[in-house]
Amino acid sequence: MRIGVVTFPGTLDDRDAQRAVRIAGGEAVALWHADADLHKVDAVVLPGGFSFGDYLRCGAIAAQAPVMESIIKAANGGLPVLGICNGFQVLVESHLLPGGLIRNDVQTFVCRDQKLVVENVDTPWTNEFALGQEITIPLKNGEGGYIADAETLKRLEGEGLVAFRYKDFNPNGSLNDIAGLRNERGNVVGLMPHPEHAVEAGFGPDTSVAMRSGVDGLGFFKSVLNSVVNA
Amino acid sequence: MAIFKKGSAAPSNADTTANAAATPDKQQPWKELGLKEDEYARIREILGRRPTSAELAMYSVMWSEHCSYKSSKIYLRQFGEKVTPEMQKHLMVGMGENAGVVDIGEGWAVTFKVESHNHPSYIEPFQGAATGVGGIVRDILTMGARPIAVMDQLRFGDVSNPDTARVVHGVVSGISFYGNCLGLPNIGGETVFDKVYQGNPLVNALSVGALRHEDLKLAKASNPGDQVILFGARTGADGIGGVSVLASETFDADGPSRRPAVQVGDPFAEKVLIECCLELYAADVVAGIQDLGGAGLSCATSELASNGQAGMRVQLRNVLLRDESLTPEEILMSESQERMMAIVPKRDVAAFKKIVDKWEVEYSVLGEVIREPRLYINWGEEEIVNVPPRTVAHDGPVYERPVAYPAWIDALNADSSSRLARATDAAALAEQIIEVVSSPNQASKDWITNQYDHYVGGNTALAMPDDGGMVRVSEETGLGIAIATDANGRYGQLDPYAGAQLALAEAYRNVAVTGATPMAVTNCLNFGSPENPEVMWQFKQATAGLADGCLALGIPVTGGNVSFYNQTGDVAIHPTPVVGVLGVIDDVARRIPSGWQDEGHNLYLLGTTRDELDGSVWAGVIHDHLGGKPPVVDLAFEMQLAQALNAASEQGLLASAHDLSEGGLAQALVEGVLRFGVGARVWLDEIKQVGNVDDTAALFSESTGRVLVSVGREDDVKFVGLCEARGIPVLRIGVTDGSADTAHLEIQGLASWTIDSLRSSHKATLPALFG
Repeated sequence: MRIGVVTFPGTLDDRDAQRAVRIAGGEAVALWHADADLHKVDAVVLPGGFSFGDYLRCGAIAAQAPVMESIIKAANGGLPVLGICNGFQVLVESHLLPGGLIRNDVQTFVCRDQKLVVENVDTPWTNEFALGQEITIPLKNGEGGYIADAETLKRLEGEGLVAFRYKDFNPNGSLNDIAGLRNERGNVVGLMPHPEHAVEAGFGPDTSVAMRSGVDGLGFFKSVLNSVVNA
Repeated sequence: MAIFKKGSAAPSNADTTANAAATPDKQQPWKELGLKEDEYARIREILGRRPTSAELAMYSVMWSEHCSYKSSKIYLRQFGEKVTPEMQKHLMVGMGENAGVVDIGEGWAVTFKVESHNHPSYIEPFQGAATGVGGIVRDILTMGARPIAVMDQLRFGDVSNPDTARVVHGVVSGISFYGNCLGLPNIGGETVFDKVYQGNPLVNALSVGALRHEDLKLAKASNPGDQVILFGARTGADGIGGVSVLASETFDADGPSRRPAVQVGDPFAEKVLIECCLELYAADVVAGIQDLGGAGLSCATSELASNGQAGMRVQLRNVLLRDESLTPEEILMSESQERMMAIVPKRDVAAFKKIVDKWEVEYSVLGEVIREPRLYINWGEEEIVNVPPRTVAHDGPVYERPVAYPAWIDALNADSSSRLARATDAAALAEQIIEVVSSPNQASKDWITNQYDHYVGGNTALAMPDDGGMVRVSEETGLGIAIATDANGRYGQLDPYAGAQLALAEAYRNVAVTGATPMAVTNCLNFGSPENPEVMWQFKQATAGLADGCLALGIPVTGGNVSFYNQTGDVAIHPTPVVGVLGVIDDVARRIPSGWQDEGHNLYLLGTTRDELDGSVWAGVIHDHLGGKPPVVDLAFEMQLAQALNAASEQGLLASAHDLSEGGLAQALVEGVLRFGVGARVWLDEIKQVGNVDDTAALFSESTGRVLVSVGREDDVKFVGLCEARGIPVLRIGVTDGSADTAHLEIQGLASWTIDSLRSSHKATLPALFG
């Protein structure tokens, strides 16, 4: 199973996302922003970071990269695409997901172990989870406040397009505690927290059992491998 | 900068070497550039004529205190002299290079260093701190390493002073902005507030990198014909004269008016530069490399040539500029960030260009390496620099500054904390515990560290609030490194020799409690003006203390940094020698947290508690007192203790281990229960009996060589036996008990608190002040 991981200039978590794919049992394929060829991957991860220095708006320049032209086309054809943090911002800037992401309401960068509720399991990135499952995923961003106009929010809620919601604490002022979204088809999922940082015991969030033993993020990558196998 | 005339940079304006020879009597602004009269005379003697204005710019910046270490050199030598062959066994590169390199086994090496960016961070806290991170990361990159983590050592003024918030917000957001955007986990550091840093905050930044042995790079240009290539960001007017003007002059009332001399950072450019350099190294197309930091091109050209015992011919017109109006002198002094200079063999230039093009990094070929050990710099057709590079880079002035035993220190040492009132009833002691753990220096630093990414890279095994940061280096074997840094300025003020050793001992212990074995030392020596003989005495004492301490512990100093002139007017900061210790661990899976997560474990206090409260947090927080003599340091015992901890960790006997230092046992207990929210029941009787101390000393003494550990009941006999066999005093002082909402910290006979109430006492302070 070939899972592409895109590197833009300024991408930071590409090697982490590749590691997550490998731990889940997939083959990670590095994709370069300037290369429109998707190298026959079965799914794509847009990892976190500060692509193009977050200049203009987070994700705005990356959304214009040659590789994105191919990804947008493939996503519209059903290719599973996961956008993490800056990758979520790129998906929004590419109009694959609606709304926008603005500066955290606390006005500072926030790094914390964040509780989420899984709100939708009918996607290739969430089918390993149970509906309503609570998971802990590291969150780290400066511009993670989700916004959308009232009509869009109503549609997102009405059509069940909210994939993840912040639980107990809203770290960035996101409307409706929205942490992540899916598109109508379900193949495109974006979220601000970083599942690739919760895939390996010893390097994830603390749990009640042991320090840094949280691996809830592995579900994202196992999900896509399930769906690619089943497809 | 009005010293050099701005203009359209017409060639006819350039002060050429021929012109300099023809006009020996021309008045030159050597004084304004920070040179002393005899230093200027020496430059004339070296060149056999007056320097050109470009040469004057180069010498002035390279001979500044910041670049030349002219006041500290004679003391820093002992770090290279007080060593044994055993200490050097793992040292691949020692002091003098951009950063020291240590062999950690399995073909891996690490390089680490801490550096100051104090003065820029007071003037412009955000950019000052940001570029401090950027600069140290480039030093690490220059050694051929991939940077893998950063840490920061911060000192701010009193929390009640309104200017403190300005500096805190700027510095923390600057580090957050730059470090997070580089993709380097921030794994620890220190934050201290004290009025002595009011007009002179300290912003020290540490970076560590990992490399395979064969990838080691050095900053030298030795092969004639190799191309000299400048790449990265364009050169602009930022930081012109920053090094000499900012770092080598004491602040006075008009400090903040020098804003334009602070460099401006672009972490995106640096991130791209890191990846680009690593790809260049992997392709093996770089023969030598140097980052451009303080002193910019002046430093890079002269150091590369001098280190390679060669020379260089440079065409300054080829430098890509952001501002076309820059004069040649300004180009030579510019401290524009995110630039590197590579020495590239001619046959590799095409491959070099292909890689930098891929990363869309701009470059220009400035010239080539020549056999003759001379640095020639042309501005178009005209020669504006013609100097022996060694005289610029390495043969700067060396001063043996006057040293004087401070007139005030005997009185300070005589003013012991023994005269301070001690609480005797339980309620008052309990109140003092809360006062200590909620005081700004002892309170949780979450408000700061939660603004830093400690996850990126996926290799962080320990970070804040544990005692040391730990990062995995090899994904195959789990081989990793741990780092801790410490410095206690209050102890430094009481006794700088002991203060340096206390910092060393604490950092060493903080590495040992993680399960790692301490291996090497870096330092950032923050002091007042070297022109003050009493400050120079403090510096002399501190460096001797540190060098003697490293020899006693058998770990070498691999590099470091000196920051002088940290004072406002005549008032110097407390001597603040920040000491960083690097340790190695064969498998990060056996790292030890600083607090307990399991109920029903025994709590043991290792080491001996004495009545040592002079200079302590208790004396400072409860009595606003600083006087007496700092705790005794026993480095032989610290070694024994570290070895015992290591053995216990290897046998899997330790569930947690936490060093006792500022705030003593009280602080360690509160941090221990808050780490995972698991409570404890503790008794002080044995500590008091064995150490012959009272409640106050049992709770707040800062005796060294002590660690609080938790051990599962099934490992008890083995653990106690191990300690006794190694001569480590061990006292069972409590048990861990109760988790979640029911958990308490109970100190028998004194008080009992819910975890929630302790958490709010410990965590609310910084958000209330700065949030």
